[in-house]
Order: sequence, then C-alpha cells, then structure tokens
Amino acid sequence: MRSDPADYELVAPGSLQAVVSLLAEQAGAWLPIAGGTDVMVQYAAGTLSARKLVSLWNLPELRRIEVSENEIQIGAGGTYTNLRQHEILEREFPLLTSAARWTGGIANQNRGTLGGNIANASPAADSLPALLVYEAELILVSARGERRVRYGDFHTGYKKTLLAADELIRTICLSRRFVEYLSYSRKVGARNAQAISKVCIAALGRVNQGVVEDVRIALGSVAPVPLRLSQTEHVVKGQHVGPALMQRARETAIEEIRPIDDIRSTPAYRAAVSGNLVTEFLEKLAANETKA
Amino acid sequence: MNTSHAQCEVSLTVNGQPATVRAYPMERLLDVLRHQLGLTGAKEGCGEGECGSCSVLMDGALVNSCLVPILQAQGANIVTIEGLAQGSRLHKLQQAFLECGGAQCGICTPGMILAACHLLDKCPTPTLEEIREGLAGNLCRCTGYTQICEAVVQAAECGQGNKQ
Repeated sequence: MRSDPADYELVAPGSLQAVVSLLAEQAGAWLPIAGGTDVMVQYAAGTLSARKLVSLWNLPELRRIEVSENEIQIGAGGTYTNLRQHEILEREFPLLTSAARWTGGIANQNRGTLGGNIANASPAADSLPALLVYEAELILVSARGERRVRYGDFHTGYKKTLLAADELIRTICLSRRFVEYLSYSRKVGARNAQAISKVCIAALGRVNQGVVEDVRIALGSVAPVPLRLSQTEHVVKGQHVGPALMQRARETAIEEIRPIDDIRSTPAYRAAVSGNLVTEFLEKLAANETKA
Repeated sequence: MNTSHAQCEVSLTVNGQPATVRAYPMERLLDVLRHQLGLTGAKEGCGEGECGSCSVLMDGALVNSCLVPILQAQGANIVTIEGLAQGSRLHKLQQAFLECGGAQCGICTPGMILAACHLLDKCPTPTLEEIREGLAGNLCRCTGYTQICEAVVQAAECGQGNKQ
C-alpha cells in the first residue's frame, strides 16, 4: 500500500557538517536519501521502515570529483551522469563508466548516486563489481571524524555494511594504476535498458607473452554481496592463458559463487552464465582484445 | 502511524513561473504538479521510476518526478510538457510527434517528449542508437517505438537542438 507523506519527516540541512551533526544526535534515527532512486521506490511500495529522512541531494561537498596525480576522489553524491561525463574516469576507469551507462535510464542516471549505490548494498548493483576490481577505498565521515576503509571489506553480509549508524560515505577513492590493464565488463539481463542484472561482471587483466601477470574479476548478482573471485584469480595468475586454464578458471568460478533462486533467474543459469563470462574474459585477454 | 509531521513551504519555478506550495516534504513532485498546480501532463505509470511517464526536467536534467520528494525541488527550475509550446505554437518535438504518428494513447507522450527534449539539448544531432538510449527509460505500450524515434529524427533535422 502507498505511504502517507504525513507519516514521514524529511529535512535538508544543506551542508555535510549539519547532516553529520544530525546523525550524531540521534544515531540510527535518520535515513539518508540522495537521489531517491532506491528510497523513493520503497516509499512508494509502502515498505520504507524509516520515518525520518535526511536529504543529501546537491550537497556541494559530496558532488566534487577531484583528480590528483595518483588518485581520483569521487564525491559520494556524484550521479551516474557525472561519472559518464568525466573524461578521465572514462579513459582510466572504463568499467565504472560503462556500468554507469547501463544503470537504469537517463532519468535515473541523473539522480542515482555512486554513494547511494554503495550504501544501498544490493548484490545486483552494476557499479559495484567495478569498484571491487579497481580496489576502491571509501572515506567514511561522522561527527567523530573520518576513516578510510577498503571497499573490498565494506559489505559484510546481505545488505550489511561497515557503516556505523552515525556515518556517511563521503568519498570513493580510485588509485590511478590500471591504465595499462585490459578491461572487460558485461551485463546479462532480460533487456539492456532498465533491467536489473541476472549476472554482471567487471574484470581487469594484464598479459605478457601469453602469461597472465595480473588479474582481477568480480561478479554481481551471484552472492549475498558483490563478489570478488579471489580463488579464480589465484588459479589464473602467473599461468599461460589457454583452453586448459579457461576450463579450470570456469570450474573455480562456479564453485566460488553462491547464487540464489529469485524473480530474475535460477542458480543453475547464473552459474552457467558466470562460467561463460569468466571464459569470455580470458578469451579476450588471450586475444588482447579490450571491451569496457 | 499516529504522528503527523509538519508541512513545509517550497518555492520553485514551474514552466518559467514562480510557484510556492505547502506540502509534506516527502510528497512527490509528481503529485504536487498534478494536484496542487493542476499540471496533469506528467502521468503516473509505475510509480517506481521504471516507465518514465512522469518525466519532467529539473534544472535541465530529466528526472522521474515520482521519485523526487518535493523538498528536494526547493528552488528548482521545473519544466513539464505544458511548458514546451509557446502559446499556440507547438514545440518542434510536439509537431514532429503529431506528424510522424508518434503518439497513440498519449500516456507515455509527455515523458517521451521531455526525454527527447533533454536528449536534443545535450546532443542536437543524435544517431538512432543515441535516440534509443536517450528514450530507453520511457516505456510505450501501444504506439510503437519506430514512429517515436522517427519523430525525434525529424525534430532534430528541422533545427539545431531545441530551438524552435
């Protein structure tokens, strides 16, 4: 049943510091809302349990994308459109900008934010495997101060994260060290536009004379959290890329994932597709083809 | 719920005119436009940001007005389908939709035209692929996308960007 707006409080304190102070006063009482592309859907469906919301939309401190010699810092309130339009991100982090391109339609890309996508913690989110393979780090902020954590440690279980009740994601940090890598990403869903993924992949690799020097693979929608395939990477790294390795990588990936049966797909289908995607990535790596 | 929270005052510009509304802060921009301002062009389809029939422009960006709490539209410049024509003179996209048969039942049309308007603003001479991407968040169940895309092509050909 649809929610009654009279039952909800929404405030827009207008600065990051004011939001953080509010969260500190009553930790856990306030739900942050940025572009609303997740929260307003729950609100419309009558399933939003929070009754007090605090707006992060258009906070200038969260909208900046800052580029330094070794790192790009993306404000958590940056939208998918902001990501798509950023030339350096497009050039150096194509897995992230391509995920931004296929997340929802244009209207949702204009409102959905990278920080919101991370905090919402859906295992099906398209941008999260990219952040895993780029080994992003997050700066979390609260009235107690800031801390910097590895994004790879952020999701601790289904919809569970490292965020404390009084904390916000302030910045997503990307180290500029993947320019020379081949990148591969693909979304498998019922249709290209709008559909939530059945499985999605982001992967990076570097091959020298047929040997895989370095590799990073992450999948979405195959586990309670966005999943880095560490065991598969271990099997592949340092090996000659060929049919035998592809078969072993495929088998390891299928063992490593924990897909569920839901409205979008079955475990068997997700396992088969995951194996196919890992194989296709290695084929591209072998052929030195790149695709983002 | 027993607690009823306070309404707030929100000032915004709608189709070039200043407007001030009193509303609960979580009221949807869509409902304020339709019920308080009498602008019924934006339609409610899915109510969850997937169909695009409630699309409007907010500070020049296409948004689904069903997903915008009115408080977040404080100070914003909103353009709805009612704001495109100049008097009796249709916007070139409206004209092209008429001429190409780009509207049948009309439910998706306001959102479709605003999405096309947003596209031509960013990309005055789009390829067919760019048109499809620009309109991918707007679903049509009866007209058919072929005529809709043709209308956008025609509008793009008859002038630079959104200029009339």
